[in-house]
Amino acid sequence: MSANGSAGRNPSSTAEPVVLFEDVSIGFGADPVLEGISFRVERGETRILLGPAGVGKSVLLKLVNGLLRPESGRIFVFGKEISAMREEDLFEPRGAIGTVFQEGALFDSLNVRDNVGYRLIEEHLPEDEVTRRATEALRFVEMEHTLYKFPSELSGGMRRRVAIARAIVSDPKLILYDSPTGGLDPITSTTIIELVMKQRDVSHTSSLVVTHRLQDAFMLATHRFNREKNRMEALPPHTADPNTSFLMLHNRRLVFDGSTAELVRSEDPLIREYLA
Amino acid sequence: MALETIDTAAKRGVLAVQEYVVLTGRALSNIFRRPFYAGDLFQQADIIGVGSLPIVILTGFFLGGALAMQSSATLMQFGAAAFTGQLVSFSMIKEIGPVVTALMVSGRNASGMASELGSMVVTEQIDAMRALGTDPLKKLVMPRIVSTVVMLFFLTILADMVGILGGGLVAVVMLGQSGSQYLHNAYQSLEYPDLLQGLIKPIFFGFILATIGCFYGMRTKGGTQGVGRSTTQAVVVSSILIIATDFVIIRFMLGVFGR
Repeated sequence: MSANGSAGRNPSSTAEPVVLFEDVSIGFGADPVLEGISFRVERGETRILLGPAGVGKSVLLKLVNGLLRPESGRIFVFGKEISAMREEDLFEPRGAIGTVFQEGALFDSLNVRDNVGYRLIEEHLPEDEVTRRATEALRFVEMEHTLYKFPSELSGGMRRRVAIARAIVSDPKLILYDSPTGGLDPITSTTIIELVMKQRDVSHTSSLVVTHRLQDAFMLATHRFNREKNRMEALPPHTADPNTSFLMLHNRRLVFDGSTAELVRSEDPLIREYLA
Repeated sequence: MALETIDTAAKRGVLAVQEYVVLTGRALSNIFRRPFYAGDLFQQADIIGVGSLPIVILTGFFLGGALAMQSSATLMQFGAAAFTGQLVSFSMIKEIGPVVTALMVSGRNASGMASELGSMVVTEQIDAMRALGTDPLKKLVMPRIVSTVVMLFFLTILADMVGILGGGLVAVVMLGQSGSQYLHNAYQSLEYPDLLQGLIKPIFFGFILATIGCFYGMRTKGGTQGVGRSTTQAVVVSSILIIATDFVIIRFMLGVFGR
């Protein structure tokens, strides 16, 4: 176990990290949810946040884009201390962060085009430009045929893919995935993980992926996206993607921070039990 | 144990008031700050104003008619049935028009705002909006407050007019009174403080029903059950506050203008 460390991870820790947590704690009322959380996400890195349901993974993700504020500690995103910023000042830095919510959180009164192009519409871009870029983002998730459909007409997996398109439409520097495969069947889950991988390997965007499904996490770590074949493929045996590493939460605390190899070889009984 | 319960309830109450003030203050401070959501403002004005026209016209008309029937029966006992118009216009403009219109619009729109915003909260659409760089207080709350205040003002004037006409129709058709006498009495008895009172009230009432509707919507917790709870609370609290504010405005106007 190497909590609060980054040994074995490929990215350099000397450059300014995309996300930096310093001893962050948060609670609701009298109940502490997260305590003393410290970690970093480097440029181009994908960090998979593991942990049992209800441990505070989504809370941690909401801390990253300032939707929640920590009770103590500091959070830096792109070098700015977002934990010290006012809500009004947070809207601008959030423009560089794409978020995929647990259930997609699409605006049900807007069609797919307006959902995906929401940020562009808010920036008053010409209608044609909005349609072009929304279609482009939807093509990435192979959903361009749904442009004028409403979220209620889509299945759970399709909604999740549209949510990914909405998150990537403005070319964010960081993407937060909150249980992108939660509640989906195995085949649809694989499709979603493939999209996360595609974004990682094609655009090299930094990301933080929350999941409690080990199979999804390990698929991300042990596969890469082949652009020529336009599908994912397994990496050679006993190798893992060097830009993908793990974090694990348990009982309000970060109990693991390290590479795939370190996670697999960990002797920590808690981690062994979780991986079993 | 009992003291502890009172203590917790008091703290929760103070916290709710604080949250209400913060939400309202932040929403209103956005009125003159870019970007302007003119489209959302007109859309809300259409939903709240034009959408409420049928219920406001119908309730105004029947209330005016009912007032004419009730008051003429009493006035006849004193040989003063000719003053039916005065009583109807007085009651409609100063009291019944503003209060009943506000209560009807509250039932329709405070509940609508609470359920719409509440559903958006529980399905994380509000969080998604914030994550996409849009302030929901500016995009969703501010247009609802502004359009409710403006539209309720005009809806109340309409309800007053329709109520007086309804009363006139009853007075002429059912009670056999003179139409010109009814209208003459209705018009002559009114003074500027009466009109002022009738026009000030909807501004306060509109503000109350929109802010309460949005407040309960934005603090919804607990899934669909929570949405239902917020909707009920929004209608109950806004209705009580409207009637309580009505009392305060009447007392204030009596103190200042003596009528």
